[in-house]
Amino acid sequence: MIQAILVFNNHGKPRLVRFYQRFPEEIQQQIVRETFHLVLKRDDNICNFLEGGSLIGGSDYKLIYRHYATLYFVFCVDSSESELGILDLIQVFVETLDKCFENVCELDLIFHMDKVHYILQEVVMGGMVLETNMNEIVAQMEAQNRLEKSEGGLSAAPARAVSAVKNMNLPEIPRNINIGDLNIKVPNLSQFV
Amino acid sequence: MALKMVKGSIDRMFDKNLQDLVRGIRNHKEDEAKYISQCIDEIKQELKQDNIAVKANAVCKLTYLQMLGYDISWAAFNIIEVMSASKFTFKRIGYLAASQCFHEGTDVIMLTTNQIRKDLSSPSQYDTGVALTGLSCFVTPDLARDLANDIMTLMSHTKPYIRKKAVLIMYKVFLKYPESLRPAFPRLKEKLEDPDPGVQSAAVNVICELARRNPKNYLSLAPLFFKLMTSSTNNWVLIKIIKLFGALTPLEPRLGKKLIEPLTNLIHSTSAMSLLYECVNTVIAVLISLSSGMPNHSASIQLCVQKLRILIEDSDQNLKYLGLLAMSKILRTHPKSVQSHKDLILQCLDDKDESIRLRALDLLYGMVSKKNLMEIVKRLMTHVDKAEGTTYRDELLTKIIDICSQSNYQYITNFEWYISILVELTRLEGTRHGHLIAAQMLDVAIRVKAIRKFAVSQMSMLLDSAHLVASSTQRNGICEVLYAAAWICGEFSEHLQEPHQTLEAMLRPKVTTLPGHIQAVYVQNVVKLYASILQQQEQAAEPEAAQEVTQLMVERLPQFVQSADLEVQERASCILQLVKHVQKLQGKGVPVAEEVSALFAGELNPVAPKAQKKVPVPEGLDLDAWINEPPSDSESEDEKPKAIFHDEEQRQARHRQPEVDEEELARRREARKQEQANNPFYIKSSPSPQKAPVTAALLSQRYQDAPGVEHIPVVQIDLSVPLKVPGMPMSDQYVKLEEERRHRQRLEKDKKKRRKKKEKEKDKKGKHRRHSSLPTESDEDIAPAQQVDIVTEEMPENALPSDEDDKDPNDPYRALDIDLDKPLADSEKLPIQKHRNAETPKSPEKEDVPVVEKKSKKPKKKEKKHKEKEREKEKKEEKEKKEELAVNAVTAPDNTCEGLRREEAEDENDEAEQDPERKSSRHKKKKHKKEKEERTKDKKKVKKKQPEPEEEAAGPVENGAAEEEPAPPMSSYCLLAENSYIKMTYDIQASLQKDSQVTVSVILENQSSSFLKNMELNVLDSLNAKMARPEGSSVHDGVPVPFQLPPGVSNEAQFVFTIQSIIMAQKLKGTLSFIAKDADGATHEKLDFRLHFSCSSYLVTTPCYSDAFAKLLESGDLSMSSIKVDGISMSFQNLLAKICFHHHFSVVERVDSCASMYSRSIQGHHVCLLVKKGEHSVSVDGKCSDSTLLSNLLEEMKATLAQC
Repeated sequence: MIQAILVFNNHGKPRLVRFYQRFPEEIQQQIVRETFHLVLKRDDNICNFLEGGSLIGGSDYKLIYRHYATLYFVFCVDSSESELGILDLIQVFVETLDKCFENVCELDLIFHMDKVHYILQEVVMGGMVLETNMNEIVAQMEAQNRLEKSEGGLSAAPARAVSAVKNMNLPEIPRNINIGDLNIKVPNLSQFV
Repeated sequence: MALKMVKGSIDRMFDKNLQDLVRGIRNHKEDEAKYISQCIDEIKQELKQDNIAVKANAVCKLTYLQMLGYDISWAAFNIIEVMSASKFTFKRIGYLAASQCFHEGTDVIMLTTNQIRKDLSSPSQYDTGVALTGLSCFVTPDLARDLANDIMTLMSHTKPYIRKKAVLIMYKVFLKYPESLRPAFPRLKEKLEDPDPGVQSAAVNVICELARRNPKNYLSLAPLFFKLMTSSTNNWVLIKIIKLFGALTPLEPRLGKKLIEPLTNLIHSTSAMSLLYECVNTVIAVLISLSSGMPNHSASIQLCVQKLRILIEDSDQNLKYLGLLAMSKILRTHPKSVQSHKDLILQCLDDKDESIRLRALDLLYGMVSKKNLMEIVKRLMTHVDKAEGTTYRDELLTKIIDICSQSNYQYITNFEWYISILVELTRLEGTRHGHLIAAQMLDVAIRVKAIRKFAVSQMSMLLDSAHLVASSTQRNGICEVLYAAAWICGEFSEHLQEPHQTLEAMLRPKVTTLPGHIQAVYVQNVVKLYASILQQQEQAAEPEAAQEVTQLMVERLPQFVQSADLEVQERASCILQLVKHVQKLQGKGVPVAEEVSALFAGELNPVAPKAQKKVPVPEGLDLDAWINEPPSDSESEDEKPKAIFHDEEQRQARHRQPEVDEEELARRREARKQEQANNPFYIKSSPSPQKAPVTAALLSQRYQDAPGVEHIPVVQIDLSVPLKVPGMPMSDQYVKLEEERRHRQRLEKDKKKRRKKKEKEKDKKGKHRRHSSLPTESDEDIAPAQQVDIVTEEMPENALPSDEDDKDPNDPYRALDIDLDKPLADSEKLPIQKHRNAETPKSPEKEDVPVVEKKSKKPKKKEKKHKEKEREKEKKEEKEKKEELAVNAVTAPDNTCEGLRREEAEDENDEAEQDPERKSSRHKKKKHKKEKEERTKDKKKVKKKQPEPEEEAAGPVENGAAEEEPAPPMSSYCLLAENSYIKMTYDIQASLQKDSQVTVSVILENQSSSFLKNMELNVLDSLNAKMARPEGSSVHDGVPVPFQLPPGVSNEAQFVFTIQSIIMAQKLKGTLSFIAKDADGATHEKLDFRLHFSCSSYLVTTPCYSDAFAKLLESGDLSMSSIKVDGISMSFQNLLAKICFHHHFSVVERVDSCASMYSRSIQGHHVCLLVKKGEHSVSVDGKCSDSTLLSNLLEEMKATLAQC
């Protein structure tokens, strides 16, 4: 079982927090912080497993993570999951993000947290691995996006237009948002499935 | 109003969406919290609007804020609103928010049941999918119970996308509602062979999770998994299966033998490292389960170790880590094969990666032997010095202690070395594990008598340099060692070289900065030390020196008396008074030493940690019985009970061990004297310590000697070891010394061998061997430096062997320890929730309801009717078609045909899977006839116990203690008509989901020797009640019965009726026509009947909580009526059961011989009853929203009760 999936950036800012076991919000934040400090200390060329013991659920649990450009993807899993399998799953997840967002970067995750959740929901459900075939995941996502579009989406076009006009009149909106749109480079790892 | 709407939609245009929110937060870095609280206010405004799009947008933003750590549970209700939106876009947002913030404590979660059920049965697969995903995160026991059946149906959905999700979520349902496991398992098992790989993988996943917790229940699946393993090409599935086998093999070694070969093949053939690794892991598990003595498996071990070595040597740190992990598993059973790779593992200790170093440390634990312990620990000590992070250093420290102390100090040959290691460890800065070191010091000093002298000398040095250890209290933890040091110096003060100096060290003012519990130990042990100094000086006839010491005590003790710590203060003031008294006596020239030291006489024996728990309760002792009279209520409740409890405790303690009588004490004292005389560490000239007076029973017990203490061998110290090594790091010296010693020993041994004194030597060794653990062969050559006796921890006599110590009764997975091979009993059917589901009049479980209900009633039928079950399946299809028709005819016509057909298919599957044994019995009818009869009987028994199992499972209120006494068997089927050919019995079932429909189940039993066919049932419709007929047929056509009846066979047919008004009972005239065919030919026959629809048959058992019930009664819009029936002999329990059963009520609350009951009609009338039982009568008061209905109901009830 997967206990939690955390995505945060190099500064520990959470980008996706998904717990499959109930923790109050402040504990969740604390876990994110502690996990961040644990992985931050580690070089990129050392192993991707961490015995996260005290964090979530005791000694049966491990943290398995990957670091892509500005983001850490951390999975907390118990001993029923294959360590290398989860590493591959993270890769699948990131590659799927890459496909769905076309050259995914941290900004995509920041502004479309909901979409990232929806993609994750197609990969992992209730702490168990649902689908590992990327094409299948992408196909389901696209089908759902089409469905959403046919319904007119969350904010229909007119509202968009008004909000655009509104934005033009507001000078204090900064011109450039200073976050490098560093693409998460998806290295070519040996395919698992 | 219109203005408000316009304003709302304009506001809507200026709402922030998620992106705006994120942007805003990023632009307000300096006052983020303020900005967010502003946003939350806006969101609250948005949530108040009627527009669902606005709400959804607001909920979406809340989800983002939740990620940032804001509690959004206050919006739970709005989230539910968004979940129930009709558009997928909004629904998805709602479910996402719910999955992030709902949990078992969310109170509004129960409002979601119907919404989720509706979504699950939605024609859009994505609505269903999103509901399943959301539910998987917040499923509660209630939701699991109510929705289990719906989800189970989805497991056979036509779309694999839904199937796989439904399969996965079943695991969560099982966890929350274990009763669902058995009914759902056959279908789950079937999904293992689903054509879709995703579904298959999900099923494997779920079964593996289940089997991991309770492997023994899944052994029977091994062949199926074996087949999958050899056929599947999906690595995910393979890994899961192989992991599962790893869990199964310990239970079934034969399986392991079968596995070795395919696994070895996989190891050789696969290119995926993950698969290879899991294969190796499982092979290891297999080898562990097989006894290690099997020679032909050494090749497999070799293969594993070889592959692991390749992993460990790989440059990929991940593989290295996993290799070490697996290696540690082999180590447990095949230490030899791992030990040859010691070089590799020691190398890993130097790895830059902490995870890898930790793994290597784990391995070391299993690799030590007497030979290499010192070397390995030396290596670890250098790492301790080098380690930069405190966590890793602490880990090293615990590992060193673990390694050394494992299996009762099995590998330690020289305890002086060990003590020096411990002392060296105290110089670690900032460790958290001071208490661990302290515990080891105490343990070694107490249990290894030979080492006490050395330990005391080291400890006194430690006390002397206490300022180094405890220079700042910030270095929490390490000062704990002073606790041990002080105690050891005090308790074994007779071994101290310079007790006076130690005493002064312990009385330094600096000590008062130590934590309270350590100071307390200081104070206590100062007296012990003082006692032994007094004794020494009196013997040496130096009264002045003795007085000086006393003076020192009197001067220094007050600093402890002023301590803020109560414990310290109390001890110090007691002792101060004692010392002052001694001073007075000393002034008079009275020798006091003996008496003072008598305070601390006697030996302390270590007590096993679980000893207290294992003391058996003596026969005849009732721990729950009052010893004193329980306090009367008038007494003050605050203090009295406490005193009583205290008293009780003391008595118990005394009771536990018989008091030691004077004679026994004398004997022991003698024995100890004898022992001390032989012990080089006891100061021989000193008089033997006196026992404290026997009156202190507890004390005497504490100081009791272990039985057989006189057999402890004489301790001799090898003189090659220096007796006192000055305080510098010196464990290294021991390593060298040890080598020399061993060398010498070997020479000596050779000599001895030559002299053939081998036997004698062995004898001696046997005598001194430690009680536990047999040393390995190679270790046996190494004799310990000191011949030590490690005192066994004491256990009470006839301690109870208990293995259950370690089991956790709260393990959530224990509930899933369920035997899955037993055939399914009817009582285990998943409950079908009967809540009104007004929004979904066409949900699929509608079709299920009559079917399953009927099934659960089957046991009530006569035994000989069991055969109908076999026929049931044949008619199933037709029957369902009919039902479908009925649905189409009666309810709104907008249901798509596709949806229905799908559901129909599911239902068929449903049936087939739920009753696998029934299916098979169809083939072997005759053979199983007897068995079946028995089973039916069994079921009847079950039935007897629980008159309404279905209702009990579904309702919140159990029908009292139904098991108390057996209720008479009840059947709701009553005779419809009968002639020489056929007998008809019928039952009417209502369902809340169809508000004007009832289903009539008719059992047709062929009583003749003819073959009955072309049966057709027709009813003369009344204005109020009409039979649902196939489309296109007129009101005069009959409805064909979808089966034929061979002689002696019975079967059940169902007919749907539409009722306009349900407040009156009514009768319908009808006819059954059929053709009876026998050897002589065929005749056309008819049987007339009158179908009686009682008012009770329109009621549906509906659970009701007592608070809702009370509200209902208070509401005042119910009319009231009552009846009274005399001459009732039946017990109240059975009476209630009868009302529940025949009139479809549920018990809301029952108090003594009074019960409130509730039911609801298919058209939504509430019916509340208050049933009271007098001596021989029962009165029923009813309240109902329709007075006619109520009076009719009560009349019917009267008739029922009159039979009691």
